[in-house]
Amino acid sequence: MILNQEEQAMLNGEFGEAKKWAIKHQIQVGNFFDAENLVNVSQVHMMVDPESIGEEGVLFLEKIADMGTKVVVPMITDPRGVDLNYYRPLGQTEEMANIDRRTIKACSSMGILMTNTCVNYQTIMPPIYGDHLAYGDTGVVIYSNSACGARSNFEGGPSALAAGITGRTPRYGLHLDENRLPTKRFIIKEQPKELTDWGILGAVVGKKSGSYWEVPIIEGLEVTPTSDEMKHLGAAMASYGSTPLFHLDGITPEAINIKKEDLNHLEKNKITQSDLADLKLQFGKKGDKIDVVVFAAPQLSIIEMHKVATLCDNKIFKVPIIVCTSPQVYNDAKRMGFIEKIEKSGAKVLEGTCFYNQYAREIGEANGWKKLLSNSAKIVNILGGYGYQPALANMEDCIQSALIGEII
Amino acid sequence: MKNILKCHPGIGDKVEGIVLSANDDFSARYDLDRIKGIFSRPQHKLSGESYIDKILVLNGSKGGVASAWMLYEMCARNVAPKAILFNKANTILAQGAALANLTMCDRFEDGDITSLLKTGDRVIINPILGTVKLI
Repeated sequence: MILNQEEQAMLNGEFGEAKKWAIKHQIQVGNFFDAENLVNVSQVHMMVDPESIGEEGVLFLEKIADMGTKVVVPMITDPRGVDLNYYRPLGQTEEMANIDRRTIKACSSMGILMTNTCVNYQTIMPPIYGDHLAYGDTGVVIYSNSACGARSNFEGGPSALAAGITGRTPRYGLHLDENRLPTKRFIIKEQPKELTDWGILGAVVGKKSGSYWEVPIIEGLEVTPTSDEMKHLGAAMASYGSTPLFHLDGITPEAINIKKEDLNHLEKNKITQSDLADLKLQFGKKGDKIDVVVFAAPQLSIIEMHKVATLCDNKIFKVPIIVCTSPQVYNDAKRMGFIEKIEKSGAKVLEGTCFYNQYAREIGEANGWKKLLSNSAKIVNILGGYGYQPALANMEDCIQSALIGEII
Repeated sequence: MKNILKCHPGIGDKVEGIVLSANDDFSARYDLDRIKGIFSRPQHKLSGESYIDKILVLNGSKGGVASAWMLYEMCARNVAPKAILFNKANTILAQGAALANLTMCDRFEDGDITSLLKTGDRVIINPILGTVKLI
């Protein structure tokens, strides 16, 4: 890789051991993907939940922090794995909470802002068209690339940390124009009507795309998705396909510049009603018993929180409901009375976490939760590996099912 | 079949080991019980198999960014594969391999690596040269 004078000095250790580690890591990754050089980034977002990093990861973070390291661009964090105000009732242990506390201390000392959110594009500083970023969380990356026209690869925690320390990332993948053009063409007729429909569409397109290096374009949409709908579409697509970028014909910013004739060489893949129905059929059916209902993945926006609060009002549920939102939204929701309304029904709102990255296996075992119902196409894809039997339904049906303990 | 397969230069050290192969994708978060060191996702083609000290051979990588930290954590506890070979890795797995110094290669010149290597094969991977030798 070609390094400028400053980058070479980082590699020589002239700016200390942390910068030397960071740029060496970036060169190693850059060489793997044939990057020619590094590109400056305006923001970094790091996934650093305690379940993923474990004891070894937190020791690594502490080692970097103890070098007196400070990040050089605005750097924020993905959801935590423990809501420190509510973890014992979930069956989470002091050991889990302590990994989280140590992570928060190490990150804060480096100047990392503990935003604890996977919806930063809705609540913190939305990316700008053409902005080069080093974002973690697949849902954040796919939204930023697709809806905003910003440029980021999936950056795992270690690489995001390296980017925060150097202010750069290797220029490969989605930082390059040639990798942002559509490679798979999908035509739809059935129009998504609600969040879960958008998630199912994303899941089917992601599954059929099947690789980080494919860029789907979806044609035939007659409606423009809201930010929340785009959020569920992208999060599911990234989850099922490792897809980091999609285009919606006539809707998303880069799609505007794609000419029809540029797509002629691509096969037209029709997404049929049965494709969508088959996806949903894998996840539960009417009459199935449920142990817990979860609204998360991605964290809920204030609009979704309002809807959950309205649906929970004056109800008492037979099975527990867990709702995960960001600290930014949580405080708004509290001020507007939504948290009180939700929790009065027996449901619980967790702040700054997301269910699947908060030791889902352990809390499932501790509470006897196996049959989980959610409106998130993403979370039902993830939790099979954590010992759950996940089921999928829209938000209203999740709420109604929680009243009787089985899927309506 | 050739006994030396050529791939893109990779990450990590030269290693020798026994192959565990499937035409399926990989995510440390979605597919594994990382405490027991087995594939835990019922739908995965390697479900129930131990990956400890194996040369994992899989199609590609899927899912989220967690796999980067998870590879590091798995390697630090020595409950990890010895190497992973993909047809095409995503960014996360390569980043995790770089931090963990886990041997990883992809982009094979001779075709689908999940067909070229079978479970039980013994191989030597040289990531600097970008070669996998069947022995």
